[in-house]
Amino acid sequence: MDKLIAIVAGILFGAGVTVSGMVNPMKVLNFLDVTGIWDPSLAFVMAGGLMLTLIGYRFIFKRSEPLFESSFKLPTTKSVDAKLVLGAACFGLGWGLSGLCPGPAIASIAFGRSETYLFVAAMAAGMVLTKFVQRRFILT
Amino acid sequence: MNPTEFQPVSALFGGALIGLAAVVLMLGNGRIAGASGIFAGLFTRHFNDEFAWRLLFTIGMVLGAAISSFLFFDTTIIMFSGSRVTIMVAGVIVGVGTILGSGCTSGHGICGLARFSERSLVATCIFMTVAIITVFITRHILGR
Repeated sequence: MDKLIAIVAGILFGAGVTVSGMVNPMKVLNFLDVTGIWDPSLAFVMAGGLMLTLIGYRFIFKRSEPLFESSFKLPTTKSVDAKLVLGAACFGLGWGLSGLCPGPAIASIAFGRSETYLFVAAMAAGMVLTKFVQRRFILT
Repeated sequence: MNPTEFQPVSALFGGALIGLAAVVLMLGNGRIAGASGIFAGLFTRHFNDEFAWRLLFTIGMVLGAAISSFLFFDTTIIMFSGSRVTIMVAGVIVGVGTILGSGCTSGHGICGLARFSERSLVATCIFMTVAIITVFITRHILGR
């Protein structure tokens, strides 16, 4: 059952980033271009997603456990550290350069564009490299 | 750069679908629907249950995009910006950044904010600000 949940959630997510237009890098860049040809659409994506999740989580966290697992797996780190700040800044830079963030990029594999494949492969390489370096030098 | 149409209704609807995905995954499996974290977990030597649900979610994302684009979305409007080299460099930076920063737009921007995580609030403010500055520099100073 947990496997079915995973694929259903994935389908909803993939449909969401597509219908919302986030799979179009130009639209994302225009959203970020607040002093230029600003397209505020993505603020509505954030608003819609956040509103539903806020309400949903409120009810879910009243339960002691999820439906098909023994416990909620939530991040345990609470403090804001240099790694978080540096990482978020890097992500912002890459997002601003390309207009692509991980969710829409992965979903866009469906559309068969070579730029998407290049981006996802490069992103995977960056992830694997960072995980390797972190494990090797215990930067955690 | 090319103007894009302001589409609040489809944006709100798409956003709600992303939110629904987050709710379903948390209620069913107790997991955060963060695209970068789920995808990064695929690069492992342990092909266990953990790997399986991550792979299924990822396949689901591609399927969801395929189905919904067939029904509601014209993929020919998709337009990339920058050279292939820029796109690849950006990909590497996004990969490094989402691992160091423990998340991306979905994990921090939706799920993290929805559970009032201070780390996610800080991360979201930073990546939004840096992305806006980056676009300002590339478009209005470098004129790309």
